[in-house]
Amino acid sequence: MNAQNPSSADETIADNRQTGLPSRREFLLQSSRTAAGIGVAALLGNLGQWALSYGADKEPIKIGVLHSLSGTMAISEVSLKDVVSMAVEAINAKGGVLGRQLKPVIVDPASNWDLFAEKAKQLLVQDKVAVVFGCWTSVSRKSVLPVFEKNNGLLFYPVQYEGEECSRNVFYTGAAVNQQAVPAVEYLMGKEGGGYKKFYLLGTDYVYPRTTNKILRAMLLAKKVSAANIMEEYTPFHHQDYQTIVGKIKKFAAGGGACVISTINGDSNVPFYKEFANQGLRADDAPIMAFSVAEDELRGMDKTALVGHLAAWNYYQSVDTPQNKQFVADFKAYCKKNNLPDGDKRVTDDPIEAAYFGVHVWKQAVEKAGTTDVDAVRKAVYGQKFLAPGGEIMMDEANHHTHKPVLIGEIMKDGQFKVVWRSKGLVKPEPWSEYTNPEKGCDWVKHQGTYKKA
Amino acid sequence: MDEARLLMRSRAGTAVIAWCLVWALPDGLAAEPEKSVAQLSALEQALADLPSEDETKRERAILVLIEQGDASFLPRLDDLRANADRSLRLAIKPVADLWRNRANLTDPDADTRRSAATDLGASGRILAISWLEAAAAKESHRWVRYAMEESTQLLRLASDDPAVKVEAAAKLGELRSQNAVPALKELVQAANEPSATDRQKTVARAAAAAVERIETWNVWSTAIETLFRGISLSSILLIMALGLAIVFGLMGVINMAHGELMMIGAYATFVMQECFKAYFPSAWFDAYYLAALPASFCAAALFGLILEMTVIRILYGRPLETMLATWGVSLVLIQAARIYFGDLTAVAAPAWLSGGAQVMVGVFLPFNRLFIIGLSILCVAGIYALLFRSGIGLRVRAVTQNRNMSACLGIPTRKVDAYTFAFGSGLAGIAGWALTLVGNVEPGLGQNYIVDSFMVVVTGGVGKLAGTIIASLGIGGLNKLLEPSLGAVYGKVLILVLVILFLQRRPSGLFAIKGRHADA
Repeated sequence: MNAQNPSSADETIADNRQTGLPSRREFLLQSSRTAAGIGVAALLGNLGQWALSYGADKEPIKIGVLHSLSGTMAISEVSLKDVVSMAVEAINAKGGVLGRQLKPVIVDPASNWDLFAEKAKQLLVQDKVAVVFGCWTSVSRKSVLPVFEKNNGLLFYPVQYEGEECSRNVFYTGAAVNQQAVPAVEYLMGKEGGGYKKFYLLGTDYVYPRTTNKILRAMLLAKKVSAANIMEEYTPFHHQDYQTIVGKIKKFAAGGGACVISTINGDSNVPFYKEFANQGLRADDAPIMAFSVAEDELRGMDKTALVGHLAAWNYYQSVDTPQNKQFVADFKAYCKKNNLPDGDKRVTDDPIEAAYFGVHVWKQAVEKAGTTDVDAVRKAVYGQKFLAPGGEIMMDEANHHTHKPVLIGEIMKDGQFKVVWRSKGLVKPEPWSEYTNPEKGCDWVKHQGTYKKA
Repeated sequence: MDEARLLMRSRAGTAVIAWCLVWALPDGLAAEPEKSVAQLSALEQALADLPSEDETKRERAILVLIEQGDASFLPRLDDLRANADRSLRLAIKPVADLWRNRANLTDPDADTRRSAATDLGASGRILAISWLEAAAAKESHRWVRYAMEESTQLLRLASDDPAVKVEAAAKLGELRSQNAVPALKELVQAANEPSATDRQKTVARAAAAAVERIETWNVWSTAIETLFRGISLSSILLIMALGLAIVFGLMGVINMAHGELMMIGAYATFVMQECFKAYFPSAWFDAYYLAALPASFCAAALFGLILEMTVIRILYGRPLETMLATWGVSLVLIQAARIYFGDLTAVAAPAWLSGGAQVMVGVFLPFNRLFIIGLSILCVAGIYALLFRSGIGLRVRAVTQNRNMSACLGIPTRKVDAYTFAFGSGLAGIAGWALTLVGNVEPGLGQNYIVDSFMVVVTGGVGKLAGTIIASLGIGGLNKLLEPSLGAVYGKVLILVLVILFLQRRPSGLFAIKGRHADA
């Protein structure tokens, strides 16, 4: 095709030779002819390339991304959308999955639970995506659940949650209660954690804190903590005035041996920690163990009041593995390259990591199954292993959850966590807690989901 | 490496360490009798034994370290702890904590001294009594001395001698020690066992008397704290509602974007903080908060002025349309803040507003709350002076009462409207400035408070400053009265129910309305 160019140029030169200097008219004519030639050639070239690529590659695989990009939850969920896009980009650069490129379909349910169900339906029915990565709050997950079950979709859910659920259409890459809350409280009760004897369970008033605290209370009572030494209290979303509660904690903590188990969510954390410090309570006397405060949330906060308090997760940005260093660097570079807010000041955290390896686990399963068919992929996910940034994880053989390590971290003044305790190996996920539902189990291979243990 | 060289090395190492220890002894501790060589080597041996697998060896080592060690071992203990496995860390912790706390008893920072004293009291180590007594004798800070005395008596309470126990219990009762209640209650309970001896019963009587004394005190201190919290919440409500009371009350404009004007004030504070971080020496940092006061007022006032000129002016006299339009503006502002500032930013309170003052046992008043209370009083005084003691205020009131007559008398009513609105908005900015002390700075900030502000203004009676003040005191106080027993969620629900019932009885609020909208 490019051969046209030299030939037309040759002609021009030949013309020049014949007539000597070309007239103005001829010159214009010739040059426009040349230009047209080049233009057509370029067009043909592009067309050819496009046709070639269309012929060689199969149609891309569509995958859904269902995270709030506006509204209250945007603060946490935007990062998950970013990391999924990053993983997809990396996979595409290496040739995609089964020789096909991945094409993310990103929708914004705007922190609105009804909209979550609507958008999920759109992804599954209209866009016919192979898999969806998404949701943060339990209420959003609960609202999309029927949609996924009815349309036999596949959801990878990346956030720690309260358990008591066992859906065939969801893979939970975040922690179950026995992989975060329970070991955290066991740690605090143990000698190394400080041997705490009094527990103030404080949370925002919705399903995750209430269910988690129900399990924790049952566990504490089972471990012979007297009911008088367990306090439980809830505040509304966006609660700002923690004077009374911190005052109560102070009285409760008198004499030592008390700690706070916080399932406070979102922006209420800032006034709570501020008030805690202002009333003279120190992390050494009464530490706050939080389950919803991670690096991404700490990014914007003033950290002075938080230093020394604890959190329990399965991953921290500070985890010292080569693959994590790479992951953190990649994420920062990705955010900078794509001009995302804060650029390379961005941090990674537990849900970000879980969202990231979810994409890879799905990819491996598709490759193992040789198809994107949901039922085949589901079977292929069971027992899948992946070297995640925080260390190797394993998908359970049957219960749709993830075997993960548990880490307790101490908040440092740069907004990172210092790991103070780590579980030996991976902790097996229990969707149904042994403390509140000892008779129930979850198994999609031998049983149909939730079953009664013999 | 052969064994002989290894030995040489460890000897040389020991010598160097011993020399370092002598050199590193802090002044306070150097005055103690010098440790003999035998003692030092016993300590060395103990340090070497700590990582041992043998449990008895390890326990003996810990005992030696607790009884003979000193703070100069801390760096080495920390080293050991940093590289230790779980069980060794467990073993080292009490030793390291004990010596660190002892060293901290003479720390220049009062808070550190105080927490060290409290920790020693909780550690249960009898040997700490002498340290605490020595430190208390030199201590000048009232509450640090209190913590030292309390801890001393707490440790005495664990003594074997019943006479000492009785004395300690009485002393703790005198101190109204909160921290002693669990231990004292245990003593009381021990006497209830059938196997209790007469001695135990004597101790229990003393303990019971002390507990009663402490708990009576507790009732009072809780009452005082609740009162303080009520006033503190009231002052926050008042500061938020003042701007709204002017705009809504005097002008009859339902401004749904009022919360976002607070948000602008808060962001102005944040921007000021960032400026001070970037352009001024770090020693000046705490001054940013003062500089942020005019900044937040002006930013919000300017924004209010623009809002008035572009939206509200066109819609005067059409309250429903104004409400909708300003609500739209508020949504735009929220998302704009989210895009520009991100989702969560916070302001570091200046050092002079962090922490608080202990006024008596069990009553602790945080400085930031005291500051807000003071600020709200100032604001009320300022507004009163402006509205009732100045020419501008006279004109505002005139326009409010009779627009046409005021216009006839040559008052530029449009201008007065604009400036009043801007002033009300500026007050919202100040509220935002004050709120950064208790909460965070985020796009939803205004939304969190706007309902409470409207509640105060409506309950107080639209257009009346006194009503706003009394309503905020009532709602804030009631809230704090109900919260301890009902919890935050139900407390809030009950308040709303009470407000509804109150408005059923008196639809126009505490004070009847007068002004432009009275005939509307």
